[in-house]
Order: sequence, then structure tokens, then C-alpha cells
Amino acid sequence: MADFVARRPFWSLLIAIAITLLLWLVFAVWTPGMEASFGRKRVFLSALFNGITLGALYFLVASGFTLIFGLMRNVNLAHGSLYLFGGYVGYSVGNLTDSWLIALVVAFLAAALVGILMQVLLFRWMEGQDLRQTLVTIGLSIIFADLLLWSYGGDTFQVTTPDWLSGPVQLPFVVALRSNGEAVMMTYPFVRIAILAGAILLGVLMWLALNRTRIGMLVRAGVDDRDMLAATGVRVQLIFILIFAFGAGLAGLAGVVGGTFQSLQPGEDTKILLSSLVVVIVGGMGSIPGAAMGALIVGLAEQFGSVYMPTYAVMLTFLIMVAVLAIRPQGLAARR
Amino acid sequence: MAVIDTRTTGERVPASEGLADWVARRGVAFWIVSTLLLVMPLLASPFWLGQIFAYSMILGLIALSLMFLAGYGGVVSLVQMTVAALAGYLVAILGDSAITQISLKWPWWAVVPVAVFIAAAFGTLSGALSVRTEGIYTIMITLAIASAFYYLTLQNYSIFNGFSGFNGIVPPVFLGIDWGGTVAFYYLCLGCAALAYGVVIYVSRAPFGLALQGTRDNPRRMAALGFDVVAHRVAAYAFASVIAGFAGVLLVWFQRQISPGTAGVGPVVDMLIIAVVGGLSRPIGPFIGALIYVLLRTFSLDVLEGLGLDGKRYQLVIGLGFLIIVLFSPNGLIGIWERLRERYRRNSDARASAMRVGGGAP
Repeated sequence: MADFVARRPFWSLLIAIAITLLLWLVFAVWTPGMEASFGRKRVFLSALFNGITLGALYFLVASGFTLIFGLMRNVNLAHGSLYLFGGYVGYSVGNLTDSWLIALVVAFLAAALVGILMQVLLFRWMEGQDLRQTLVTIGLSIIFADLLLWSYGGDTFQVTTPDWLSGPVQLPFVVALRSNGEAVMMTYPFVRIAILAGAILLGVLMWLALNRTRIGMLVRAGVDDRDMLAATGVRVQLIFILIFAFGAGLAGLAGVVGGTFQSLQPGEDTKILLSSLVVVIVGGMGSIPGAAMGALIVGLAEQFGSVYMPTYAVMLTFLIMVAVLAIRPQGLAARR
Repeated sequence: MAVIDTRTTGERVPASEGLADWVARRGVAFWIVSTLLLVMPLLASPFWLGQIFAYSMILGLIALSLMFLAGYGGVVSLVQMTVAALAGYLVAILGDSAITQISLKWPWWAVVPVAVFIAAAFGTLSGALSVRTEGIYTIMITLAIASAFYYLTLQNYSIFNGFSGFNGIVPPVFLGIDWGGTVAFYYLCLGCAALAYGVVIYVSRAPFGLALQGTRDNPRRMAALGFDVVAHRVAAYAFASVIAGFAGVLLVWFQRQISPGTAGVGPVVDMLIIAVVGGLSRPIGPFIGALIYVLLRTFSLDVLEGLGLDGKRYQLVIGLGFLIIVLFSPNGLIGIWERLRERYRRNSDARASAMRVGGGAP
């Protein structure tokens, strides 16, 4: 942090000003003039929160994607299929057991199992052949998409929110003032707050695991130089399987989360895959903080885009990607 | 092209010898296929001519532009289908269509060059964006650009007419021939495909193509030798995008309509599948892949139901077939063919040498 400020004083200043402005916009009571030019504050705040929580979902998907890519150089284009698979499994298990948490765990395990099978049966045999691995994942994504369509049909599903997560909560942000001077506070669905908290917790845990544990050390070493790590006697294949399982499991878990506050249907796999592609391109390949940053940016861009310029909402996301590629091709947080 | 010029204007006698040489060097298979393709309108029904052969040649052209980039340049670009779709859209926007409030009604000879030029410029720009990163990133970036274009066409109504797109686009009438007729359109596609095939082979042997293949095999060494690797790759994108642009014009004339679905993620990935199944090592691969793809798409429903299976599962068949090809023959069907020929040759060599050994053993 301090290092960044020392190296890039201008950018740090710009970022600091932007954050201050944002905080002021969030906490201040908007004047009628501002409401006239920016629209209602309620709309702004809900776009902000929807963007952040959508970013949390994208982070869950993209962090697995970026971990797998960073360690194995495998662009897993079947990642969206794992997401959808996890979501469907979660939906079925949730219906069967009436428990959201069990659905979450089973979806994680099921997707992780598929990930392990993919790594053990396919990718292990074509190590170092980037293009071939990517082509295999394309083939797999087509097969998965059709199998899922076969077994679940084209209907839209939604995972039921458990009782202890449903309902709104009141947030300490003033949305507007009543005529008698009383402040109206913002209310927001609790499930989204919980998911945001869960994603942040997971991100912190992942960071701790990567930076403070032995296995994390091995993973980081593998990202930097796989061959050298193998040469020191570490069983890299085991680490590969572990990371593939974890990344795939995260995608499956995200499927349940996405199925709770969005919906599950054929085509969702491609959508989520494209979002996580943009997230990791913006954030930087193979970096967990990059995935968090990229997910936040993409989520916010999508929500603010759909509120303030509905026609070109998706284009805004891609424009950000193009801008990042033009200025910093390796992504915002990547070292190389 | 210069080679052909010198040959035709050169002295008569060596020229005829050169021609005989040239004919012989192509091989028997080449001439059989060419003759078959030329007389196809006599053999095939209009359905086969239009829906199968013309369509696979158009798809083959788009896949050829992908193959040129991937096979010779080592950059796998998924943006080629988008370039083609953009050219198709421009034909509809600048030319005539049923959406009269948008179409500008330019004559076709003005529309086609402008459409191809803008599409090629778009392709070159996407190339310039994606070649700055290395290798496998290109797939992701071009996929993202392609889907951005898809969403743009889906959401923009003032230029791209949103979800419904354009219909009522007709091929021009030129030289007294209605190019929309099945036979005329077949020959148009055949001519374009043959031309593009020849040009790709020519470029691959020209200094530019050789340098490009050098950057594919060892970019650092080429850079050390003084070649600008990025410039070569961007130029390759430009060249490939021109091919894709022309293919897009043909595609919109063939379909007579264009909508965001043409540029969706499915078709974009299908182009890669076509090129890979055919084989990325030779320019003929994409055409073979396209023919198989079109045949599969057209007949898999009947075949699957004939076998007593669910006809709706053709996507599964395509996916499994693609997976098997990628797993067992990275060079596609061309690779399988080459391997079989190699084995046959080795066998006959072995037999010949075995006979020699057997006969001349002391």
C-alpha cells in the first residue's frame, strides 16, 4: 500500500479523491439539485449495493478460474458449466433436504469432484499444451451444456432462500428526508448482505491460506515456476488436483449463490464465463486480489450501466476491459 | 500472382512445360476435387448445392481466416466470426434491406468494399488489442471482444436494429446474372473460396508468411533477428480479417438476413471447432471441417432418430466428436489423414526393404 503510494503518487491521489467522493455521495443527504441531475439517491445506492454484491458473486466464480489459470496455465472455458452444474445440484439438493447450507456444501463437493475428474482424466495428460487444454475445455463445455439441458430442461430455476436469510435489513444510510425532517433509511435484502460478507470472508481466508500456510506457499511457488517446484521434490500433481478441485468447487458454490439471488437457466453458463473472463482480464490473470478488484469493477459497471445508460450496460463492461488492455495489458493487479 | 503472370507472358514452349509441371505438381487428388467442384451443379440437387456446399464454403472461408492466424501466426483468434458478422451487418446497413428506415440503399459495388474495409479495420484493431498479451490470453480477449459485439448488436436499435436484425437482403444482379440463383451463388462461393485458398497458400510462402511462421515458432529469436513480431501479427490479423470480411458479405447474401445470433458466442466458438476439426496445419482443413460441420448440423437429427436416439442431442454429438478429435489427433482430420498415409508409406517401404533384404541376404 505505502509502496504503491510512493511509486504512483498521482494515481494514489486520484484514487483517494474518487473514494472520498464516493463516500460523501453515500453518506450525504442529497440536495434537490443533485437529485435533479443524478436521479434519486435510492436508485444510486441500490445500484451501488447491487453492484457490490454482484461483484461478490463474480469474485466467487473468478477466483477459482484465476487460481486454476495461474497455477496450471489452463484457461478453463468449462468454468461456466461448473457454475451451472453446481447451481442445478444445489437446487435439487435444496428441494430434497430443505436446507440451503447442505445444498451449498453438496454443490461445492459435486463440482469439486467433476474438477478432480477433469484434471486426473484429461488435463494431466496434456500438461504444457495450453491450446489443447483450452480446446478440451471448449468440448467439455458443449457436452456439459447439453447434458444439463437434457436433465433439467430449459426452465428457469431459483434456489429458495432460507428463512433465516430472507427479509430486508435496515442500513445506516439516509436515502431521503421526509418533509418533517425525519430521515428515511435504506433497506436492503439480507441475503445479499450475507453473500457479500461470505465472499469477503472467503477472500480473506483464501488470502491467508495462500500467504500464511505451507500449502499456500507451494501454490505460490507453483504459480511462479512450476518446473522448479517439481524439481525440489514437491508432488505438484497433488497440488494441481487440489487447486483444480477447489477452483471447480468454488464455481459450484457460486452456482448456488447465483441461483439464490439470480436464476438458473441454460445460457447462464456462458454469461457467467464471459463475466469471469472480463474479471480476470481486468484484474490480472492468476491473482486473487486482482480477481477481487476486477469483480468489484465489473459488478459496479454492470449495475450502474443498467441504471444510468440501460442501452449500453454490457458495452460499458467491455469498454473498461478494452481500456485496461490498452493501458495495462497484464491486468490491474498482475506483477508481470 | 506475379508467378502466374510471368508464366503466361513467358516463352511458349517452356510455358507449356511449366504448365504440365504445374498440373502434375498439384497431384491427382487436387484435380479430381477441383473437377468435381466445378461440375457439381450437374450432379447435385439445388438443396445440396446451396444449403450444403455453398454454406460450407462460406463457413470454410471464415474458418480459413482463423486457420491462417492460428496455423501460421500461432494466435488463436475467436474474433473472425465477429468480423464476418460485422461485414454482413454493414452490407445490410449500407445496402438495401427490408428495414428501410436504417438501410442507406447504396449500390452493391460501393457497399462491398466499404463493408470489407470497415470489418477488416475492426479485426485489425481487435488484433492490435489482443496481441499485446501472450499466447493463450488471446483466446480469452478475443472471446470477450466477440461477445461485446454480440451484446452491442443485441442492445442497439438505431444502427443494428436490436434483436430482430435485418432481413430482405438480396444478392445483386450483375453482368446480367442474378447472383442469388443457386447455381450462380454456388459458383460465386466457389470462386471466392478458391481465390482465398490460393492467396493464403501464396502468402504462406511469401517472405511475410515465412516471417510470420517464424514468429509462431520462436518469437524471441525473430525479434532478435530484427523482425517486428507485433507488427507481423497485426498484419496477419488484417489479412485474415479481409478474408473473413468477404466471407461475411457472402454469408449475409446466403442467409438473406442477419441478426445478433449470427455473431453469438455459439457461432464464434463453432468457427474454432470447424478449424480445429479440419486441421490447423493446412488451408484445406477449414473447408473439410466446415463441410463436416454443415453435414452434421443438417443430418444429425435424422441420423440420430434413425438410430433410435433423441434427435435433439446433436449438440452432444458435436461436442463429443470435437473432444475425441482434440484428444486423439491435435492436427484434426488432416492430421489423421497424414498419419494414415505415413503409416501406409512406411509399411510399403518396410515391405520393399524386407524384400530387398530377403533377396539379397548373404
